[in-house]
Parts: sequence; C-alpha cells; structure tokens
Amino acid sequence: MNGPGAGYAFVRLLERDLVLAVRNRGELANPLLFYVIVATLFPLGVTSDPKTLATMAAGVLWIAALLATLLSLDNLFRSDFDDGTLELMMLSPCPTTLLVLAKVLAHWLVTGLPLLVATPLLAVLMAVPEAARWTLWLTLLLGTPVLSLVGGIGVALTVGLRRGGALLSLLVLPLYVPVLIFGANAVGATAAGLPVTGQLLMLCAFLVLALSLAPVATAAALRISID
Amino acid sequence: MWTFLHKLGSPRHFYRISGGMLPWLAWTTALLMAAGLYGGLVLAPPDYQQGESYRIIFIHVPSAWMSLFVYVIMAAAGAVGLVWRIKLADVMAAASAPLGASFTFLALVTGSLWGKPMWGTYWVWDARLTSELVLLFLYFGVMGLHAAIEDKRTASRAAAVLALVGVVNIPIIHYSVEWWSTLHQGPTVTKFDAPSIHLSMLVPLLLMALAFKLYYVTVLLMRARSEVLERERSSAWVRELARGT
Amino acid sequence: MDALREFFHMGGYAFYVWSAYGVALVVLVANVVVPMMRARDLRARLARQARLERSP
Repeated sequence: MNGPGAGYAFVRLLERDLVLAVRNRGELANPLLFYVIVATLFPLGVTSDPKTLATMAAGVLWIAALLATLLSLDNLFRSDFDDGTLELMMLSPCPTTLLVLAKVLAHWLVTGLPLLVATPLLAVLMAVPEAARWTLWLTLLLGTPVLSLVGGIGVALTVGLRRGGALLSLLVLPLYVPVLIFGANAVGATAAGLPVTGQLLMLCAFLVLALSLAPVATAAALRISID
Repeated sequence: MWTFLHKLGSPRHFYRISGGMLPWLAWTTALLMAAGLYGGLVLAPPDYQQGESYRIIFIHVPSAWMSLFVYVIMAAAGAVGLVWRIKLADVMAAASAPLGASFTFLALVTGSLWGKPMWGTYWVWDARLTSELVLLFLYFGVMGLHAAIEDKRTASRAAAVLALVGVVNIPIIHYSVEWWSTLHQGPTVTKFDAPSIHLSMLVPLLLMALAFKLYYVTVLLMRARSEVLERERSSAWVRELARGT
Repeated sequence: MDALREFFHMGGYAFYVWSAYGVALVVLVANVVVPMMRARDLRARLARQARLERSP
C-alpha cells in the first residue's frame, strides 16, 4: 500500500472512532465528570483554606486527570476487540502502528481535550495562583497525550482478559510517575516565581518519546493479545 | 561451544544439565554467603559514624543491585523469547519475576530498617527508596500479567513486552524521582554512599553481592526446571521421565 | 560469653540489624522452599498421570 492510502485509512479510522464516541454521549461525559467530582472532593476531604488548597491543587488536578484517563482507557480497544473489528483492522495492509496512533488520538480528543477545557474552571475552584494557571494548562496539554499513549500499551496487553481493569492500573500507573512529577512540579515552581522551561521541555521530550515508541509497543501487544 | 549452547536451549537437555549443576551452585552460594556473613558481621569493625547499624549494608546493597540486575535480565530474556521464540528464554523470564520482586522487597525493608536509626524514621521519600518502590510495582505488574493470562506462551510474550517498556522507563523514572527529591529536601540523605569504604567492609560486601548473584542463578534454575516440566508436560521426554520415577 | 552477648547486642542497634537479617533469611529461604515444594507436587502429579496411562 502506498502513502496516501495509509493516510486515508488513518483519517477514516479517526473519523469513525470520533463518530462512535459522539453517538455514545454517556460514555463521553464520564471521564470529565469523574475529573470534576474528584477535584471537588478534595477541598471537602482536606480543607477549604485557599492557601493549603493552592499548594496541593496542581497535584490533585494532575492525579484526578491521571485517574480519569485510566478510567476511560478500557474503551480504547475493548469494543473493537469484542466484535472482531480489531482483528480485521490488523489484517489490513495499513501498518498497525498507524492505526494505533489514530485510535489513541481519537481517545485523547474524546477524553484529554475535555479535561483541558474544564481545567481553567477547576483551577479557580482549587485556588491555583493566577500566574500558575497557564502552566497547569500547558503541562496538561503536553502530559495528557502521553497518558493516552502509554495507557494504550497497558490496554493492548490486557484487552484479551475478562477482568483486566485492576491489572490495567497496576501496569500503567507506575509508568505515569515521570509525567506526574514534572507536570505537577512545574505548576508549583511557577507559583514560586521560578522558571519552568526545563520542566516543559522535559514534558515535550516525554511526548516525543511516547509518540515514537508507544505505538510500536501497543501494536506488538495487540498482536500478542489477538493470537 | 555453540553446540553446547544449542543443546542447552532445548528444554530436555536443559533439564538434564541444570540438574547436574544445581548441587554445585547451591554449595558455592552457601559457602560464599557464610564467608560474607562472617566477614561482615564478625570481622568488619564498627563504622565510626553509624556504629554497628551499618552492618545492614551487607544485605541492603546486594539486594538493591540485584533488584535492577534481575529486571534487566528478565527483559533481555523476554526479548530473546519474543524475537527468536526460544522456549527456555520465556521460562527464564517468567522465573525471574518473583525473584526480582523478592530482592526489591528486601532492599526496601532493609533500607527502611536502616533508615530508622539513621534518619529517625522508617520511611523517607528518598530518591532511591522511592525508585525502588516504583520498581516493585513494575515487578508486580509483570507478575500480575503472568498470573492473569491462562496460556503460558501468550503470558510470556505479553510480559516480555511489558518488561521491555519498563526497561525504557526505569532510567526515566529514576531520573525524575531523583530530580523531584532534590527539589523537595535537598541532597541531605546521601549518607548511604560513604565516600570511601574500608577494605575490611568492602570485601564482605562484594562476597555478599556475589553470593546473592549465585543465589539468583541457583533459584532461577530450580524454578525454571519446574516450569519446563510443566510446560512440556505432554512431550515424550517428560512422560518418559515420569514413568521412570 | 560477653563477646557473644556484645555480638547480639550490636551496639544498641540489635533490633534493626537482626530484623533486617531475619527478614532477608525468611525471604531467601522461602524462595528456595516454595519452588522445591512445587517441584515435588508436579513430579508426583506427572508420575500419577504416567501410572494411569500405563494401566487402562
């Protein structure tokens, strides 16, 4: 198959996944609602004092985003695996890595992007200092695609299992540690008036690395799960 | 040499050869460990700063070394099994996971038992302890995958992919955690690496490290032998072996 | 006798040193014993299977 053909398949698969997601509105809203609710529970559970909230806001929002992504990951390949579509996709001449990339991109557009839209609002609720709000948004913009990409590997490994949910979090969460560290710390550093270019560049590096390696690993894992 | 390796690669010959090697390995391990313990607990003088408490080093440091070493071996064996479909490599990778997790667990427990007299608390979010904890979770992931997938061949291949992803991630995690911990508390807790270590302490430490490595090889072979028998249950040579006993 | 007591006392760090060594001992021994027991079970199972096949 030549170049344009593969590109066409990429676009069509992306389109299909987005249409499926929009038709299923309940599923679509779940991660976003989860994100908002978890963030709301923290002031109730810890304190509503703005100063304390401000110091932990970045961590709380980052962890909430992480869990929201984890919650939605299962949808990435599950339904296509169950009805056999995935197997047909992998038999097609289009490279599997490209198809994986299309599905992950669709997943990020459906779950990561809504989180980004809600973040400015939650930043106000969590009393994030004004100077740090942009940084928070930027770190999430760079970080959430990494979460989707790395999570894809975990889903691909567990998609053949009946109860893969708890195992999925065990596989994926340790791999999220670096993103969480740099993402949450950049926000704190901005609030303290420190430069954060280093952290942001680090997140960019993670994104590039995940973008180039994760689809390969996901494709390999899918091939194993389908056998 | 190559024919020997090739023979070793076949489960049947592996089973025979490893059976002959095991007693030697076990005795060497026991001797080395006894020598290391005697040197470390009796011969080595107390540390002038930490007194007798530093003697935990003789199990803590070898465990910590092994925890990373085993992960790399596991990933390498997994990769070999994945690419060349060598059954024995799959078996080695599967047998390594619980051992590596044990070493990681030991490194964590002894580290925290050492931390109590040194830092005044059992747990400090020190860079090394934290990376070690994440490493333990990575091991649990590999073990969980092995346990969850019914078919052993598929389980081995899936675990190999996960271990390879982990190997790429471990340096990144380690670097991130190091950066994070210097940010939070400054480089105050670097008491573990003494600038220079006296020979009377270094020799038992190296002996113990070697003993741990041989221990790993010994137990790995033991586990691998059972695993080979189980996986090759229906092959002719296992049936023959079972009839003989 | 005193030397022995001093050895076990570990300069006041007895609890930490000996519990560290104790945990190590338990973990290392368990890692040997568990596969040994598994191997014995497995061999018994295989032998039983072989006997069953021989006498139909």
